[in-house]
Amino acid sequence: MPWIRPAAPLLFAAINLAALVVAVPSTAGQSTTPPATAPKPAPSSPPPQTPASPPAPAGQAPQAPLPPAAPVPPPRFVVVLDAAHGGDDLGGHLSSGQLEKNANLSLAVRLRSLLGARGISVVTTRESDQSVDPDRRAEIANHAQARACISLHTAETGSGVHVFVSSLSPAAPTRFAAWKTAQAAWVTRSLGLAGVLNAALLEAGTSVTLGRTPLPGVESMACPAVAIELAPERDSDHKITAEPDDPNYQAGIAQTLATALLEWKTQAARPDVARPDTSSSEGRQP
Amino acid sequence: MIPRYQIVIFSILVLASLAMAGMLWHLRQKAHERLVAGADSAPTKAPEVAPAEKATLLVANDDDNSLLPQVHSLPLPADPGSRARAVLARLLDIYAAPNATHPVPGGAASVSQVFLLPVAGAANRSEPAKTNTVIADDSGAPIAGGPEPSHPEMAVVNLTGKFVAGHPSGLETETLTVLSICGTIHANLPQVTEVRFLVDGQQRPTLAGHADLTRTYLVGEISGPTSVGETSAVPTEVAHP
Repeated sequence: MPWIRPAAPLLFAAINLAALVVAVPSTAGQSTTPPATAPKPAPSSPPPQTPASPPAPAGQAPQAPLPPAAPVPPPRFVVVLDAAHGGDDLGGHLSSGQLEKNANLSLAVRLRSLLGARGISVVTTRESDQSVDPDRRAEIANHAQARACISLHTAETGSGVHVFVSSLSPAAPTRFAAWKTAQAAWVTRSLGLAGVLNAALLEAGTSVTLGRTPLPGVESMACPAVAIELAPERDSDHKITAEPDDPNYQAGIAQTLATALLEWKTQAARPDVARPDTSSSEGRQP
Repeated sequence: MIPRYQIVIFSILVLASLAMAGMLWHLRQKAHERLVAGADSAPTKAPEVAPAEKATLLVANDDDNSLLPQVHSLPLPADPGSRARAVLARLLDIYAAPNATHPVPGGAASVSQVFLLPVAGAANRSEPAKTNTVIADDSGAPIAGGPEPSHPEMAVVNLTGKFVAGHPSGLETETLTVLSICGTIHANLPQVTEVRFLVDGQQRPTLAGHADLTRTYLVGEISGPTSVGETSAVPTEVAHP
C-alpha cells in the first residue's frame, strides 16, 4: 500500500526518540554496581558500622531552603578488616606454636582499635574464632562499600610484611560485575593502596615485599583491596627477632598500617579514588 | 570277585598316573629353575642414560619474593612429560636442600606425574596463544620464550600428598612454589601455556591454606628476575575455570 512508505521513516524516528528519552534518565546516575552478594543463597550481612552524625545545634530555627548548589557531603570512609581463616580453618602453624587464625584475629583487633581512634569506621568480617566463607567475606566488604579492604594473614616464612594485590588484570568497570572477578575493576586502586601501605612500612623501617597473586575472596571484593601477611621480623643475620604473634611487633605494624590508612583516607577525598578504575591501562603504578 | 586281569589293568593305570605326576613335578621344577636363572642373568646391554642438557629453573627466594632463573645441567628424557617431571624434581631437590632460599621439604619424589594435554579450544583462543613471552636471565638475555607455539599444551602436575602436607603455610611461600613450578615448566617446555595441579590425583582447594589449586594458571607472562619494591614482583595471570 503506497501510503505506508512515507510514514515508515517517521514511525522509526518516533520510536528512536522515545528510546532516547527513556535512556537518558537511566544513564544519568549510572555507576558500576558492585556485586553485593555471592551468587548463592546467603544470610543477610550485618549493617556496616555507621559513624554518628553530629547533632544539630539546639534552638536553631529552621533554615531557609538550601541553595541549589549545596555541596554534597563526602561519602563516609569505611575500612573492612578481614582476619583470614578462623574456626575449622586453622591457617598455618607459626613457629611459636600459635595458630595463624588466632594471630590474624589479634592483629585485626589491634588495627581496628587504632583506626577507630583515628575516626575511621571499621567493619570486620569476624570478631571471634568462627568460620567465614570467602564469599561471605566479600559480601560483607561489598555491603559496606568500603574504601579499603585489608585481608590480614600471618606466616612463619619470609620476613617483614608481604603485601599482595590480586593478579587479575585491570578491567574497565561494567554495570554488573562478575562475582569472581569483581576486583578487576578495582585493581589499579588496589595497587595504589598497596603503594601507600608500602611507603608507610618502609618509612617505619619494616622490610616489605610486594606481589600479585590469586586471592580467593578478595577477588570478589568491589573495593581497593590488599592482603597483608605479617612474617617474622629478622635482623641482618636473618635471625628472627620477633614472631608474627608477638604483641609488640603486631602493635608496631598495626600503628604503621593505621597511619597509612589515614593517608589513604586523605587521598580518598579525591573523587577518582572512590570510583573503580575508569581506564583499564595496565601497569599503572601507585 | 574281581577278575585278575582287571586288577592288573587297574594297577598299571595307577602306576602310570603316579609316573605322569612325577614327570610333571619334575618338568615344573626345571621350568622354575630356568626362569630364576634368566632373572639373575647379568645385563648384556648397558642401560641408556639420557644426555645431560641445560635446563632453566625458576628458583624462588623467600627473602625478596623473587623468582631467579638458574641454568642447571641434568639428564633429560626425550618424552615431554618425563622431561617436565625431571626438571621439577631438580627444582624441588633445591628447595629440600639445607639453607635453601625457599625451604620446602619433599624433594624430587614430590611430583608423581606430569601430564601434557592439548589446550581445549586453543585455536579459538587468542590471549595466551598470541602473546610473546620472554623469560630472561640476570643479564636480561632471553632464555626461553618468543612467539607462543601454534599448539599450546596444558601441564597437569600431580603432587604427592606428603609434599602438600609438609609445605609451609603462607601467602608468599605458597605463591612462590606454585609460580616457580609453572615458570620452570614453561621455561623448558615453551609449548606449555597453562598449568593445573592435582594432589594424589584429586583436586584440592589450596596448597597449604592459601595458594589456590583449583584454577588454571596461565604461565605465558611469568618472568624473572624480580626485585623488592616492584608492585608486580610476581606477576601471574589467572583464568577462572
